Amino acid sequence: MFVSLNWLKNYVDINHLPPDELAEKITKSGIEVEGIEYIADDSSNVVVGYVKQCEKHPNADKLNLCQVDVGEEDLQIICGAPNIKQGQKVAVAKPGAVLPGNFKIKKAKLRGVESRGMICSLQELGIEEKFVPKEFADGIFVFPENAEIGADASQLLNLDDAVLELGLTPNRSDALSMLGVAYETAAILDQPLQLPDESVEFTAELTEDYIDVRVEAPDLNPYYGAFVIKDIEVKPSPLWIRNYLIAAGIRPINNVVDITNYVLLEYGQPLHAFDYDQFGSKEIVVRRAYDNESIVTLDGQERELSAEHLVITNGQQPTALAGVMGGADAEVSESTTTVLLEAAYFSPVAVRKSSRDHGLRSESSTRYEKGIDPDRVKRAGIRACQLLSEYAGGKVLTGPVAFDQLDRSEAKVEITTSNINDRLGTAITDQEIAGILRRLNFHFEEKNSGFVVSIPTRRGDITIFEDMVEEVARIYGYDNLPYTLPQGASQAGGLTDRQTLKREVKHYMEGAGLMEAITYSLTSKERAEMLTSPEISEKAAGSIRLSMPMSEEHSNLRLSILPELLASLSYNLARKQPNLAYYEMGTVFVSTVGENVTKQPQEVLRLAAAVTGDWLAYPWQQEKKQVDFFVVKGIAEGLFDKLGVHVEYKQAKLDGMHPGRTAQLLSNGTSIGFIGQIHPTVQNDFDLKDTYVFDIDLEKLLETIHVEPSFSKIPRYPSISRDIALMVEEGLHAGDIKKTIEAAGGPLVKDVQVFDVYQGEHLPAGRKSIAFNLLYLDPEKTLKDEEVESSYQEILSAVKEAHGAELRG
Amino acid sequence: MKERLQELKEEALAKAEQAETLSELQEIRVAYLGKKGPITEVLRGMGKLSKEERPVIGELANRVRESIADVLDTKKETLEAKQLEAKLEKETIDVTLPGRPVNVGGPHLLTSIVEEIEDLFIGMGFEVREGPEVETDYFNFEALNLPKGHPARDMQDSFYITEELLMRTHTSPVQARTMGKYDGKKPVKMICPGKVYRRDTDDATHSHQFTQVEGLYVDKNVQMSDLKGVLNRFAKQMFGEEREIRLRPSFFPFTEPSVEMDISCKVCNGEGCSVCKGTGWIEILGGGMVHPRVLEMAGYDPKEYTGFAFGMGPERIAMLKYGVDDIRHFYTNDIRFLKQYHKA
Ligand SMILES: [Zn+2]
Repeated sequence: MFVSLNWLKNYVDINHLPPDELAEKITKSGIEVEGIEYIADDSSNVVVGYVKQCEKHPNADKLNLCQVDVGEEDLQIICGAPNIKQGQKVAVAKPGAVLPGNFKIKKAKLRGVESRGMICSLQELGIEEKFVPKEFADGIFVFPENAEIGADASQLLNLDDAVLELGLTPNRSDALSMLGVAYETAAILDQPLQLPDESVEFTAELTEDYIDVRVEAPDLNPYYGAFVIKDIEVKPSPLWIRNYLIAAGIRPINNVVDITNYVLLEYGQPLHAFDYDQFGSKEIVVRRAYDNESIVTLDGQERELSAEHLVITNGQQPTALAGVMGGADAEVSESTTTVLLEAAYFSPVAVRKSSRDHGLRSESSTRYEKGIDPDRVKRAGIRACQLLSEYAGGKVLTGPVAFDQLDRSEAKVEITTSNINDRLGTAITDQEIAGILRRLNFHFEEKNSGFVVSIPTRRGDITIFEDMVEEVARIYGYDNLPYTLPQGASQAGGLTDRQTLKREVKHYMEGAGLMEAITYSLTSKERAEMLTSPEISEKAAGSIRLSMPMSEEHSNLRLSILPELLASLSYNLARKQPNLAYYEMGTVFVSTVGENVTKQPQEVLRLAAAVTGDWLAYPWQQEKKQVDFFVVKGIAEGLFDKLGVHVEYKQAKLDGMHPGRTAQLLSNGTSIGFIGQIHPTVQNDFDLKDTYVFDIDLEKLLETIHVEPSFSKIPRYPSISRDIALMVEEGLHAGDIKKTIEAAGGPLVKDVQVFDVYQGEHLPAGRKSIAFNLLYLDPEKTLKDEEVESSYQEILSAVKEAHGAELRG
Repeated sequence: MKERLQELKEEALAKAEQAETLSELQEIRVAYLGKKGPITEVLRGMGKLSKEERPVIGELANRVRESIADVLDTKKETLEAKQLEAKLEKETIDVTLPGRPVNVGGPHLLTSIVEEIEDLFIGMGFEVREGPEVETDYFNFEALNLPKGHPARDMQDSFYITEELLMRTHTSPVQARTMGKYDGKKPVKMICPGKVYRRDTDDATHSHQFTQVEGLYVDKNVQMSDLKGVLNRFAKQMFGEEREIRLRPSFFPFTEPSVEMDISCKVCNGEGCSVCKGTGWIEILGGGMVHPRVLEMAGYDPKEYTGFAFGMGPERIAMLKYGVDDIRHFYTNDIRFLKQYHKA
């Protein structure tokens, strides 16, 4: 909503406040002023001039040489506008004037002839092209004949105005009218309010002899008032109406249209003017449209209708889409002499449906959708009749003819001073509350140490006690509320075990050298379903799709974090950042029925990592290490160690992963993720070099972990370390052999670590050597050599039997 | 004999004094103190001496031996120290060469902000709650006083999956869920951080996915001044003691009265600049007293319980605090962007 302050001054005295101070006060009271626009920064030295003479410039065909009377003197001005004529009253920027855009007007010579000043178009004076009346769009502006020569044009054209742009929250549709803003401003400033004159002189003729009103859908249209105004002369509106419309962002058309728009802005009440003679009957019937019915609206579009749309008809055909747009047939034109004026209340639902279905949003439909003041419907009609009689020569027939089932009753809300203070934490007095109610222009009765407040119909947003608490608080001033801290029994805040663990996992990953990334959960269908871990693909029947995605890029809910994480790597690679180590912790969305989801999907917390480039680059010492499988495996192992989870690595072939460099992660036999190199083809698709990743079901891990730090004693007895180097077939897995060793070694074997893998010279072809370090420990006593030796022998025979391993000499 | 011993001592001490290497020193030790050395020889000739002289000479010989040995030991230590010094000198390195790099990771800026907010509210006795990102229409809207067809649903155009399921548009449903669990009896004091989604085209100030932290406090006798006190404490801790705060009336369907909180602009100190659009104030969060219908739907009697709720956007806070100029930076994961916030 754009609020012209010059217009607002008609209702409430704001002269003592500069626009920015007023704006701040309005903002602090609850309606945010999003901007202040000054129509022209400096508009002095622009006056009304009378074109006494206008002849062709001696040296230029398209220029005119004018003698202009500007009051104290005559100025010779050269003007190129096509519509300049002798006898016009025009806006003259005298030498010394500064027009918008810091355009300084000076004496000048044009083709050898002196010119002192400029005859201006409205655009040159700072008015936006789209608001300039059509007749002046391509040339200079011409004042009405009664304009006084030498008068300050900036006042006549409202160039000294400031316009506030209000950002209205949905509850404050009352401020979609100048009167609403006036009530608000008067309350904030504690100033009296001056309402417009709503008196009109009716002729002896009766409206009911001209028109009949029938409403067949009273639920959607509880009030329909029809006024008839005869002897209308369609012409430009007076300057002040045009000025205010322009300030409010509406282009002036002619007096009839302008007046309906003016009253729309003033009262917040949409009005519609039909050409009575073109209406097609003497009967208005408001009804739901029929299926297959259509209407050609003012904009020339043919629109298909259905029973969900409310229409105004002449008994046969629709003549308007109720509350949204009139029909072309009965449009007011230059030749209109009798106006049929509609002032109606259409329900928000009816208008919203029509406006959405037909993609038509207008000043009218917006107001109907948000709800208008039932008390102003008829009053706005009267106000328009008054203006039509004054500025369009209209004779207003006694009326209106109306269908009226409109509820205009005022809601009552009871408040007490102590209730208000309890809720706000304040010590406001009875007198202060009464004062606030008076400022708001709310009527009230004092009763039982409280107030029964009648809520004016313009404030449909106030229905309950809490709404009144806000009204009182905002006029009292939020600034004046005290600062207190809650008195309730204090509880110890804190993180849950799960939240603490999540933070610890993040800290571990960061300590391990990975940077946290956050990617989008919504991605393309292809990416949403790529690189899913076996335990996810097993459950999910495809990814979930949004019903109306904004783009295919963000259409589906991810089943894996990795694809978007790879895209992040790729983004960086393209920016010459080749060495990257990222992790992300986040949820994936598992639906066992895929797209046919009807219930909330399972949201599974996962931890993904993606690493590419050099893990270590230390050139001057010739140390350089590319990321490989074991770098990311080391990170994963460290995490599992930290969480105290035992995890097995099982060679696996997974879609999108390198077939020889991928392992599935198993904990107690169930899958908890995977680790490995991205398949080179997929790497290519993402423009990546060798990239290693893991993706872990953190949800499952966190479930199985106990947070209490289990403290195990530092052993008192010495441990014994033994090495064992085994020769085996090259295809065998160290992890399998390790398992055999652990099983055969008995309880004294506390740790088994691979410390060397060798293949090549000194070994028969097809064989490799794996060396393990075994750590023996008895927490209860000093170990005997014989105990260790016997376990060692057990191990040897077990690995020989299970894997054909031979001790390597 | 006495003289001979005295001579030997002086001879040996003089040689020890001049010795420059450990091997020279060893040679001296062998020469004077060895089994074939002159002192042993002197002792061997003791047989010729009288009974009275024998112990005297014997003792003298031992003293000479000891003092030579002492001097040699001391000299050895000195030489060893020198030798070590010389060796270490040779080990000198160029300390200005670069060190071996350590891979340093770190949290995403949003995580840092969210954890900072969490910790501030934990300090005021709040607990942290989480909830699903795919929500039901009921918890996302209806339980928050936004029935179907409510015009305020326009304010947050949403990503629906089915008519009843959508990507949550705020983290408020977690509040409704938590209150629901408490059965209308226990006080609730919680914040809920998380990802939220709205139908916005991504640009410098909009993101279809972003982060929210909402808070809720429900108890008997909660007053609006408590909201003001808590938010004030939060803002000063988060943005600095010198920042001023102000509350403005606003509108949210789930609170009444509703507030919007501004802090004084840090860039211009409230004078007005382009960052604060000339107002001197920057909006950082919204909140208000929990709407009685929201309490009712969650099973709380609004005559007995009152509460306040608030919500804020960590992206916006990060943008204000660190001058981040484009919300898309939070989701492209540019390493150069992520790294620069670990120095603070
Ligand atoms: Zn500023």
